Amino acid sequence: MSDLTEGFAAAFRLLFGFDADLWEIIILSLEVNLAAVVLSCLIGLPLGGALAVYRFRGRKAVIVLVNALMGLPPVVVGLVVYLMLSRSGPLGALNILFTPGAMAIAQAILVTPIVTALTRQIVESLWHDYREQLTSLGSSRRRAIPTLLWDGRTAVLTAILAGFGRAAAEVGAVIIVGGNIAHHTRTMTTAIALETGRGNLALALGLGIVLVTLAIVLNAAAWMVRERSTPEAALTGAKL
Amino acid sequence: MEAPSILPLALENISLRHDGQQILDRINMLVARRRTTVVLGPNGAGKSMLLKIAHGLIAPDRGTVRWSGLSGAAAQARQAMVFQKPVLLNRSVLANIVHAVRLQGVARAKAVHRAHTALDYVGLGDMAIRPARSLSGGEQQRLSFARAWARDPEVLFLDEPTASLDPAASWSIEQIILELRREGRTAILSTHDLAMARRLADDLVFLHHGRALEAGPAANLFSEPKTPELAAFLKGELHW
Repeated sequence: MSDLTEGFAAAFRLLFGFDADLWEIIILSLEVNLAAVVLSCLIGLPLGGALAVYRFRGRKAVIVLVNALMGLPPVVVGLVVYLMLSRSGPLGALNILFTPGAMAIAQAILVTPIVTALTRQIVESLWHDYREQLTSLGSSRRRAIPTLLWDGRTAVLTAILAGFGRAAAEVGAVIIVGGNIAHHTRTMTTAIALETGRGNLALALGLGIVLVTLAIVLNAAAWMVRERSTPEAALTGAKL
Repeated sequence: MEAPSILPLALENISLRHDGQQILDRINMLVARRRTTVVLGPNGAGKSMLLKIAHGLIAPDRGTVRWSGLSGAAAQARQAMVFQKPVLLNRSVLANIVHAVRLQGVARAKAVHRAHTALDYVGLGDMAIRPARSLSGGEQQRLSFARAWARDPEVLFLDEPTASLDPAASWSIEQIILELRREGRTAILSTHDLAMARRLADDLVFLHHGRALEAGPAANLFSEPKTPELAAFLKGELHW
């Protein structure tokens, strides 16, 4: 019990004393998460849109596969990316193992299926409603994808936030490809995983508080986005 | 309206089955230039499907849709369709029209100008910046007409455009349809509303159980129905 209270006290001292080590970790984590999410959106938004509007042989199998990939175990992704990027691996020449770049790539692999699968659902339901109207206006399927993504922007944003949440929470992938190197590849989750064992409870707890706060903020943001996207909200917005 | 006409339109032997039901059965129909052709019939007669086939949104099982001169996408670009339930994008009133005009390859500034003109045309000039979905049902349908008109179509398909509207909103839509005719545009209008058909039709096609039972100048069909079905429909006695 005293461990816990002392830990919390120390954690708050670190946080609000703007301890350099702690904030370095927080900022690096957010940078890696953000890079991973941007990368995932570059792939997942057009891919999800394409899966929604195009019909081709094997489409259902691809959708099932993408949905299944949402549950990829982070350690396995970490392992595979490690093997790809290690010196003897096929991408070893890039020499980016144990860098934030490698961590962003590993997390992007975890987040891309989430963004792709959720975007596919959102756009497909819009396409069902809009197909005849857009076709009548001369819009090709390809041209319809950005239109539909923009029309579903609030739902798409919640999908992106879900992906961000996944990146922020995972530890298995970044610890393998990043290595938890101090001042270089140490993120909130890897620090908690390893510093706890070394008795550095204040740092671990401080980071834990930040992570939980981040999760709450992300979910609150997603909730507010959904609230605002209802037709009633659009109506009130118009009257304001 | 200076481009060569795509009319007359000939529908030849159009048949469509869906879920084991014969929706349309060997429809032959000729649509003349600068006239309003009303496809009249009770609910479930196949009116919507017929319009969608003519507009190229649905492929018939059998039969041909023959425009004069052009075909395919080139012919479709000279047409516009207004649906019973307006399908509007989740953006401003103005942006909905701009999107439709831009799909014709028109530059943004010109598209915005044309969109404003179109809104004035349907009396929505002061609603340009409102979210499209915050409009009333009647206003949304007027926006659909503005969007169709902004593309300067020679032919308009109007699929039960007033079926979901109150009498005042229906009246304003009918005024727009009459104005479209005065401009020399050709309209193909489906309705089950006998009074509306009497007010708007130059030519009439009477559709019943997927078959075109009668076709010709509206005045002749209204005064001398040749089939017992049309005679019963005119007396309000056609029971499904």
